Amino acid sequence: MQFELTETQQTLKNTVLKFLAAECPMAEVRRLMETDTAFDPALWRKIAEQGWTGMLIPESYGGFGMGMVDMASALEEIGRALMPGPFFSTVLMAGPLIERAGNENQKQKYLGAIARGEAKVTVAFLEDPPAWSPDGVQMTARAAGGGYLLDGKKLFVPDAAVADFLVVIARLEGQLALFMVGSNSKGLSISPMSSMDLTRKVYEVALDGVKIAPEDVLATGAAAAAALGPARAIATAGLVAEMTGGMQRLLEITVEYAKTRKQFGRPIGQFQAVQHQCADMLLYTESSRSGAYYAAYALQEAIPEAPLAVSVAKAYSSDAYRETGNRAIQVHGGMGFTWENDAHLYYRRAKVSEQMFGDAAFHREQIAKMVVDAHPARPEEKAAGRG
Amino acid sequence: MDLNLTPAELKFRDELRAWLRANVPSDWEKHRTEDEMRERFEFLRVWQKKVYQAGWAGLSWPKEYGGRGAPLMEQVIFTEEMARAAAPPLANVLGLSLIGPTIIAFGTDPQKKRFLANILSADEIWCQGFSEPNAGSDLANVRTEARLDGDHYVINGQKVWNSYGWAADWCALLTRSDPNSTKHQGLTYILVDMKSPGVEVRPLRQMTGESEFCEIFFHDVRVPAANVLGKVGDGWNVAIGTLAHERATLGAGVQITLKRQFDRLVQLSHTTIRNGKPAAEDPVIRQKLGQCYTDIEIMRLNQMRAISRINQKGVPGPEGSVLKIFWTELNQRFQQIATELLGPYASLTKGDPHAIDEGQWAYGFLRARGNTIEAGTSEVQRNIVGHFVLGLPKSY
Repeated sequence: MQFELTETQQTLKNTVLKFLAAECPMAEVRRLMETDTAFDPALWRKIAEQGWTGMLIPESYGGFGMGMVDMASALEEIGRALMPGPFFSTVLMAGPLIERAGNENQKQKYLGAIARGEAKVTVAFLEDPPAWSPDGVQMTARAAGGGYLLDGKKLFVPDAAVADFLVVIARLEGQLALFMVGSNSKGLSISPMSSMDLTRKVYEVALDGVKIAPEDVLATGAAAAAALGPARAIATAGLVAEMTGGMQRLLEITVEYAKTRKQFGRPIGQFQAVQHQCADMLLYTESSRSGAYYAAYALQEAIPEAPLAVSVAKAYSSDAYRETGNRAIQVHGGMGFTWENDAHLYYRRAKVSEQMFGDAAFHREQIAKMVVDAHPARPEEKAAGRG
Repeated sequence: MDLNLTPAELKFRDELRAWLRANVPSDWEKHRTEDEMRERFEFLRVWQKKVYQAGWAGLSWPKEYGGRGAPLMEQVIFTEEMARAAAPPLANVLGLSLIGPTIIAFGTDPQKKRFLANILSADEIWCQGFSEPNAGSDLANVRTEARLDGDHYVINGQKVWNSYGWAADWCALLTRSDPNSTKHQGLTYILVDMKSPGVEVRPLRQMTGESEFCEIFFHDVRVPAANVLGKVGDGWNVAIGTLAHERATLGAGVQITLKRQFDRLVQLSHTTIRNGKPAAEDPVIRQKLGQCYTDIEIMRLNQMRAISRINQKGVPGPEGSVLKIFWTELNQRFQQIATELLGPYASLTKGDPHAIDEGQWAYGFLRARGNTIEAGTSEVQRNIVGHFVLGLPKSY
């Protein structure tokens, strides 16, 4: 049994760390977060040259066909650096969905372009009221002139303003259906939502009679539902890896601060009230990492309990990232409450990541469905009853 | 990353499973719930002897001293399978998990020959004499005196919180051999025959009503100098040398026991009626069960990572403290949620006709309170993490 990153994975992780330290340091993150889209074409090009955009895409479509654990180890560093831009939406959300829902032509067209860094793609899921269960999707496609028409609003669509395509999740005759929509389609309008997380931009996407050609239908009915679940699991596991990286960074800057900041003539990290908060941050971070690695491994190896592993990881880290942020800011004291200190940028990311793909309560209910409902009472006890 | 067992490990696991299926005593549940403490202990001693004779005890211990010289992973599998089979625990807990490994690490060849096989066979039961009335969390404040007199040490002092002190044949004792020393210096680790004149054991009654722990008094107890383990004056390093190992491997069994209790609680949630419907359908209870499952699973994963690290790097790190904090606090949350789910019946203890599962939930709730105190409080564990893992200045 070996439950640590392999040497190759560790090397990959270090390469990503070094690349981002050089190309996307905090100063650059802060510059980008003040822009409308937080997107830097030059950084995107370099990322694509590094091969990151093709990591998950199968070799037959021009990618590297790497495993989810490789991806998770890179994502840890990406989350640690708070790297802004459409990487997550394109590579973790859209790519896996197209790979599972698309036909051969669609996969050749979109996956190859994603791998080469030529296409940025996002996924439009949430509506009003926002709900992460597929039941929340109400937008309905109408058949018209051999194709379809889409009307309605999608909310919290990440990176929509810089995406070349959107995968819009809607309904067709009551069943789920996935549509590829070009970002320059007539009737599509994209306006920013002012999110607390400055490093991940989200948008309202209004569709007003947007025409969908038949070849732009990715999947409908059972095939759409069958693609959406596993693709969402990959995005969720990826997000937990990112969150773990953010927690790691909060832990590091907080411990460093506790070692250097002096009060009462000694480093504040010498006080147990402070030291124990740092110990809790380590516990949260390492536990979140355990969950993230196992979720990635379970998906990669297609272990039957993978959906459970993903819900466990997300249920845990949704609370743990926020709690780590709470302690980071508390230990930093007044400094932690300032704009110039980086802690709040992670805290904002923690709060928004908590909600993405379902918060802790959402995933605890998923777990209850898989664990509690699946294990009924012993027959003799059911007959006897109790209470 | 590869979480599969190797073919050799699978073979080992399957053999062990088959053996446990055939040999776990069917009357264990009756002994567990009905026996008085000493009767139950005798039962466990006989069980350990059987495990030893079948070759399953001391798996990672050297062959020449009665072990199997097996890799650590087999020890982990053993712990897991014992818990999974709901097998009785082995009687000589401290000898197996702490004192034996310490003798292996620091003992002379004659000491290893004299003590190790008897630990495995449960022919000699061990307790540990570390804590004192004024040396709890501040363990280095040990005052029990060991004064050299010819080829013997003369021991005077008092120890406390000695698990199994009432059953022990031997005690691994931490003493102060240099009266002019303070703190970690001048301590000596010495093996004391509990039948020596001047040793007096008094049981301590704990809040569960049981007496797992004792106080031990030493009045002019003469111990051969040959019984010093490691170097004279180096007792601190000997004492803490194997603590990290214990924290890293013992958790495997705790996790599976927790998981079994959780599965039982899930069963009960379908038959326990709350607000007119099964607890399993109550959204608040479902949230809490989901949370428990999450934490128990995260504990399993943390455990696996810790074991991987020992396999990779050879030695466990102080990360064992993270595991100890996690499982003890988790067990308290779990017992709270269990008693909450089960309602008023959960407060009934053994013997009451309305008690659930012979009162084990009431007992579990009370017993868990000790978890964050025994074997190093959560506060001490957080100090260890702060200082030894995160590199923060020592706080005490």
